[in-house]
Amino acid sequence: MVKGARLEVRGVSHAFALEKRALPVLENIEFTAEPGEFLALLGPSGCGKSTLLRLVAGLEPPTKGRLLVDGEEITGTDPSRTIMFQDPTLFPWRTVRGNAQLGPEARGTLKANAGRVEEALSLVGLAGFAEAYPHQLSGGMAQRAALARALVNEPRVLMLDEPLGKLDSLTRLVMQREIATLWERERFTALLVTHDVEEALLLADRVLVLSDRPARIRADIRVDRPRPRRRDDAGIVALREEILALLGLAEAA
Amino acid sequence: MSATTLAVGAAGGRTVPAPVWPSVWAAGFAWIGAAALVFFWPDADDLGRTDLLAALAVGIGGALLFLALSAGIPALAPRVAPLRAAGPWLLALALALAVWELATAKLDLLPRPFFAAPQSLLEVFTDDWPRLGESVLHSLLLVVPGYALGAVVGFLFGLAMGWSRLVGYWAHPVVRLIGPLPATAWLPVAFFAFSSSRGASTFLIALASFFPVAVLTWSGVSSVSKAYYDVARTMGASPWFLVRKVAIPAAMPSVFVGLFMGLGASFSVLVVAEMMGVKAGLGWYMQWAQGWAAYANMYAALLVMALMCSGAVTLLFRFRDRLLSWQKGLVRW
Repeated sequence: MVKGARLEVRGVSHAFALEKRALPVLENIEFTAEPGEFLALLGPSGCGKSTLLRLVAGLEPPTKGRLLVDGEEITGTDPSRTIMFQDPTLFPWRTVRGNAQLGPEARGTLKANAGRVEEALSLVGLAGFAEAYPHQLSGGMAQRAALARALVNEPRVLMLDEPLGKLDSLTRLVMQREIATLWERERFTALLVTHDVEEALLLADRVLVLSDRPARIRADIRVDRPRPRRRDDAGIVALREEILALLGLAEAA
Repeated sequence: MSATTLAVGAAGGRTVPAPVWPSVWAAGFAWIGAAALVFFWPDADDLGRTDLLAALAVGIGGALLFLALSAGIPALAPRVAPLRAAGPWLLALALALAVWELATAKLDLLPRPFFAAPQSLLEVFTDDWPRLGESVLHSLLLVVPGYALGAVVGFLFGLAMGWSRLVGYWAHPVVRLIGPLPATAWLPVAFFAFSSSRGASTFLIALASFFPVAVLTWSGVSSVSKAYYDVARTMGASPWFLVRKVAIPAAMPSVFVGLFMGLGASFSVLVVAEMMGVKAGLGWYMQWAQGWAAYANMYAALLVMALMCSGAVTLLFRFRDRLLSWQKGLVRW
C-alpha cells in the first residue's frame, strides 16, 4: 500500500534577499516524484538543496514557479509534509515521548493518536527511552527520536535533510538500513538531501544531481537495482563513478 | 600505593568504608571551645545573655560531635552525609564567633555602640522578638505581592517584546533608557500617584522586579532557535502553540535568571520604601533602631533580612531545579 503523495516541482527558482542584492539559490528546478518514490538530491554543500526542502515543506514560498502535492499547490506548512533536519532539533525540555507527540499535540489530536506515538517510538527502537531527555541520548538515538517525531504525523512526503550527516560512520550504516526498511514499510514519498553519493545510491530510486549555486538539475539518474542494496553491487559501483565524474571528482572514485 | 587504594580495591566499590570527618570533629570541638571562652572569660562590661550564648554554642558543638560520631553508624550515615561538606564552614563560624566575642564583649576593642557583641544580638531576639516578628510579617506582606506583581507583569511584557516585532520596536528604547535607573528614583512619583504609602511601596517593589524579569524574558524568547519554530510549524502548530509550547519553555532558564535578579532588587527597594513611608516592617525597624542608637537591634534586623532574602532565593532555586530538571549542568546557588 502506497500512501506517498505525488510531488511536482514546476520551474521553481528561488533567491535570498540579501542586504543589497538578491542571491539566487535555485534555478528552474523541475521534477516529479511519483507517489511512494524515494528521491535523493545530491550536490555540493551550500548549493541550495536544503532550501528546496524548505519550499516543499511550505516554510517559505518560492520566488518563481510552483510546487504541487497531488495536484494542489503548496501554500503553507502541513503535517503531511514533514522534515527531519540534520540536527535532531529535539526540544530539550521534553522527554523523547513528549517530543514524538509534538505533531498530534499541536493539532489537538493527541488522544486519538496516543497509540501512534508509542508505535512510532518502537518503530525506531526507542520504546525503552520514552521518558529520557534529549541530553541523555546519543547522536544516533536523538536522530531516531526526530524520525519518530516525523513518522507520528503519518507523512505522505518525508523530507530528510542530511539526517545522518553528523553521525559516526557505524551508526550511519545502521540508520541507512533502518530508513530503507521504514520506507519500504510505510511507502511515503521521500526526499533525501545528502552529499554522500553512496548513501543516495543505497536508498533512492532516483538521484537528482544538482550543480553549484544557483542549483540546477544536472542529471536525473534512475537507480534500478534490487533492494536491499549492497554497496559493492556492480551496478551501484558503476553509478557511483558516473556521479562522481559529474561532480568533477572522477579521480576520487 | 597507599592503604586507601588497597582498601578501595578490596571493597570492590561495594561498600564505602566508614567516613572519617575531621572537619566536623574539629568544628564540634571549636564550638565547645568558643562556648568555654564565652562562659569563663568575664565580660568587660555588663552584658545580658552571655550564659545563653555559651549554652547555644555548647549545644551546637555537642550536636556536631554527635553527628560526626553517627557518621560511623551505617544506618545513620546517609542521613548526615550532606553535612560533611559544611564542616570547614562550621569550623570557620566557630572561630569567627570567638574572634567577634573577644573583640567586643571580652576585650572591648571595637568602639561601642557601633559594634555589638554576639550576646547583645541574642538579647534582641529573646527580648524584642514580638516587634521583630511583626516587622518580618509586615515586610513579607509588602514584598511578596510586590515581587509577584512585578514578576508576572515583567514576564508578560518580556514575552510580548520578544514575540512581537512591533512591541519590541516601541518597548526596546524605553526599557534601555529606564531599566538601569534604580527603582527608588521613582519615589516621588510613586508617592504622588498612589494615595497610600503601601500602594506606593508595592509599586516600587514591583518596578524593581519588573525590569530584570522583563529584560531576561525578552532575551530568552528572542534567542530561541528558529529551528524549533520550523519543526513545530511543519507539524501544524498554531502561533498560540508556538508561544506556549516553544517560546516559553525555551526561555525559562533565562526567565529564572531574571526572577533571581528581581528578587534581590525587590529586597533592597523594600528597605528604602519602609524607611520612607511605611510605619512597619524590617526597614522601618532598622530605621527606628538607628534612631535610638540601638545598633544591636539593627544588626539583628539585618541578619533576619539576610536570612529572609537567602531563604527566598533558595525557594526560587528549588522551584527552578524542579521545573528545569531537563537541563544538565544547572548553575547551583
